[in-house]
Amino acid sequence: MTIIGTSGLVLNEKLLFEHSAPGRKGYSLPKLDVPKTELAAELCREEISGFPELSEVDVVRHFTRLSTWNYGVDSGFYPLGSCTMKYNPKVNEVVARLPGLADIHPATPAHLTQGMLGLMYRLQESLAEISGFAKVTLQPAAGAQGEMTGMLVIRAWHEARGSKRTKVLIPATAHGTNPASAALAGYDVVPISSDGVLTLEEVEAHMNDDVAALMVTNPNTLGLFETNIEAICKLVHERGGLVYCDGANLNALMGIARPGDMGLDVMHFNLHKTFSTPHGGGGPGSGPVGVTAALAPYLPGPGVECDGKSYRLESVNESSIGRMMAFHGNVGIMVRAYAYIRSMGPTGLKHATEMAVLNANYVRARLEGVYDLPYKNRSLHEVVFSDKDLEGGCHTLDLAKRLIDYGYHPPTIYFPLVVKGAIMIEPTETESQEVLDEFCDAMIAIAGEARDNPELLHDAPIRSKVRRLDETAAARKPKLKWEEVG
Amino acid sequence: MDFPEELKYTEEHEWVMVEADLAIVGISDFAQEALGDVVFAELPEVGTVLEAGKAFGVVESVKAVSDVYAPVSGTVEEINTDLLDAPEIINTSPYEDGWMIKIRMADAKAADNLMDAEAYQAHIDEEG
Repeated sequence: MTIIGTSGLVLNEKLLFEHSAPGRKGYSLPKLDVPKTELAAELCREEISGFPELSEVDVVRHFTRLSTWNYGVDSGFYPLGSCTMKYNPKVNEVVARLPGLADIHPATPAHLTQGMLGLMYRLQESLAEISGFAKVTLQPAAGAQGEMTGMLVIRAWHEARGSKRTKVLIPATAHGTNPASAALAGYDVVPISSDGVLTLEEVEAHMNDDVAALMVTNPNTLGLFETNIEAICKLVHERGGLVYCDGANLNALMGIARPGDMGLDVMHFNLHKTFSTPHGGGGPGSGPVGVTAALAPYLPGPGVECDGKSYRLESVNESSIGRMMAFHGNVGIMVRAYAYIRSMGPTGLKHATEMAVLNANYVRARLEGVYDLPYKNRSLHEVVFSDKDLEGGCHTLDLAKRLIDYGYHPPTIYFPLVVKGAIMIEPTETESQEVLDEFCDAMIAIAGEARDNPELLHDAPIRSKVRRLDETAAARKPKLKWEEVG
Repeated sequence: MDFPEELKYTEEHEWVMVEADLAIVGISDFAQEALGDVVFAELPEVGTVLEAGKAFGVVESVKAVSDVYAPVSGTVEEINTDLLDAPEIINTSPYEDGWMIKIRMADAKAADNLMDAEAYQAHIDEEG
């Protein structure tokens, strides 16, 4: 087996503050040849203590060195479950940097921004077609804001009908942000302890006149398709509720099945996951929301409309929940997502989904028997193992740290909560069989190390720039800013 | 793992010590072990009315954030303010210094139905 993780010369790097030398500058100005005028004192700020003074090369080396400590999807396999860390094609970046798209101000009049408005309109239409929803807003900044937007739309729909429902049902297999989004929209969350696939009976037991909505993630966080979803939607609708779908796992359905056709009322997309825009460094993301025709009047606005000849911003409907973002949302991400959709085409998107599911099941098949697989059903785009069979007193955290030594970004760990010691692997469609085999070989080798030489796992990572970080101290006594010492 | 005989336990891994109509509540050794290093504890205000089975607080570890549920109904009489600055006490002393709240019980017999140490041990074994 080739281990791709290795040791090499890694350069230390101080903080910028520690590089500083008095009077050092990163610029040079021509000699002053006009009379000097002092700025009025009230226009000058006070000295900032410790403000770094640096040359250009100091700054360039600083950030270049830091970049070599980084691990991204461009460096290697990144099977972070629930996050869809697929490779982001560079054509997206080329398109996003076109000056006509990159350099326009959002307040530019519509007749001068027909290209961008046209792109946004076509993206709205494409997402509606892919998801089976009647209307899509592009405004939300990322997934969780998309969830909140969707829940506020649900709330507005209920209020317009004089309904004062206060509760939202959320199964244990839904994404962790869902309860927070429902709470932010003013609802009380009722958890459903679902084991595997959500059943009609579980929903029925909790469904009453107080329930405004059910929030599901489909496929759920175990990577399992909610096979009862149509019957569940029918039941919730009959009892006066709506169904929200967390669309973060759309990479398992795109081009194959449409959430709108399953009876779901609202869904957010994660353009930064399914539609291949870079993420993982804190954004920006983009979380468009699709809804049925009945909910369309409540969407935030303005969206883009087309009269057949030109594009313009819609006038915002009176019943709209209002803006979720200043201007139009994270437009740069929309450009990349649209480039992805158009370069893949319908058959390409469908093929991506098929390969994402195939890759996850390949990993499942290769590791089943080596690692405990709590849910045996064939998974969709991700697979969840547990640390139950890991020997030598080793746990999921040790396995994750050892994977770093082998050269991999660890998968998601200790989530979903319904699996004790969970390790959640989402390979995505962009990995070749060779990459998956190398990763599975590493996972199998680590299981052997746990049995024969568990210290390797307890001590891991040993090849990385830094060893185990003290997460407890970081959480209990965080140092959030630089301070001059002594 | 230690489950003192004199305490009562819930399925959600809280423990209760009853003194007349006062219930002292914390999380079990099993719970603190499963959570790992606790880095934050959120407790209710004194005087808050609690309903059995409803969340009254939150413990956050480096691994997860978990609700803590009221084992019995009643009113919060006292909270362990030491935990606000030093939540790690929950790890080092789950049954003594790591107690979380004291509840003045609406019904002094409410804790009688909770599990004893033996039943709780069986519950954990079953959960696997």
